[in-house]
Amino acid sequence: MAEHLGTWVYCVTRQLRDERLALLTGVDREPVRSVKGPDLAAVVGSVDLQEFGEEPLRRNLENLSWLDNCARSHHRVIQAVARSGPVVPMRLAVVFHDDARVGTMLEERTDDLASALSRIDGRAEWGVKAFSDAGASEEGSDTASDELDRGPGTAYLRRRRAQLSAHERARNAAAMGAEAVHKALSTISEAARRHPPQDERLRGDPSWMILNGAYLVEDNRVDQFVETARALDDEHPGLRLELTGPWPPYSFATVEERGF
Amino acid sequence: MTAETRPTAARSSEYNQVALVDLLDRVLAGGVVIAGELTLSIADIDLVHISLRAVISSTSTLTSSHYEVASGRG
Repeated sequence: MAEHLGTWVYCVTRQLRDERLALLTGVDREPVRSVKGPDLAAVVGSVDLQEFGEEPLRRNLENLSWLDNCARSHHRVIQAVARSGPVVPMRLAVVFHDDARVGTMLEERTDDLASALSRIDGRAEWGVKAFSDAGASEEGSDTASDELDRGPGTAYLRRRRAQLSAHERARNAAAMGAEAVHKALSTISEAARRHPPQDERLRGDPSWMILNGAYLVEDNRVDQFVETARALDDEHPGLRLELTGPWPPYSFATVEERGF
Repeated sequence: MTAETRPTAARSSEYNQVALVDLLDRVLAGGVVIAGELTLSIADIDLVHISLRAVISSTSTLTSSHYEVASGRG
């Protein structure tokens, strides 16, 4: 393999037919291929290390349009492979020296990867996010306390305090509602995980994000899951629920980290 | 911020184009972490941190109007 190329890993799957990868391009617009291990195959592509080597990568990941394109290309390959069977997706930016090293990794990690594959077989990840308008708040209460400091009279102060405590109650109710939503969805999922709430500057939306949940759902329970999410949305008028999916099981494909 | 990163783009499972913010939750903080030999130091929390910092700084000018709306309401 040429000196300036590295092997980017997209995902690991059970043996797959290479024709499934035809016409698929990756993060460097490179053709995608497979590296076969004993029972597993890694889906990989050769990437230019001047762009995807450690140092340039570190820089490029801070560039929004580069990151956007890279994340979407990575996802596109994983999604395409997921159409033929269970996949264990790699986190962004796993680059090896060459295909031979990927083959060694597959051999050394066969048991871990195979058990990760069986955990997610026949299941997909769904996302449910909960928002509340009781939220848009922290700035709200900052402003309020500023005004309290220089407030003109006791009536005003009383009114402000009442407003604040109503606000507080609304927030508590929303938080409890989100807990109930998460619990109900977890009950009908094989596994559940809460991601940190997304930064409102990333979302471009000032409402308060209370829940950023990921749920691993059996394929034959998807209708029930979606129906439950819809019912929960109705049951909690103070919350707005958003459903995303199905996703490849990014949030649930884990193997223990281990050095080489 | 581009159209596909708006939250409404993620509302329905029928959309093929996922919201970038939802995708970043998954590709930066999910997936298997097998330290690639060439990217050993770019792992874990580090990846989320550097990337989100970048994204936030490039979207901050666009979203400043939301803060005005939010504080105007309070």
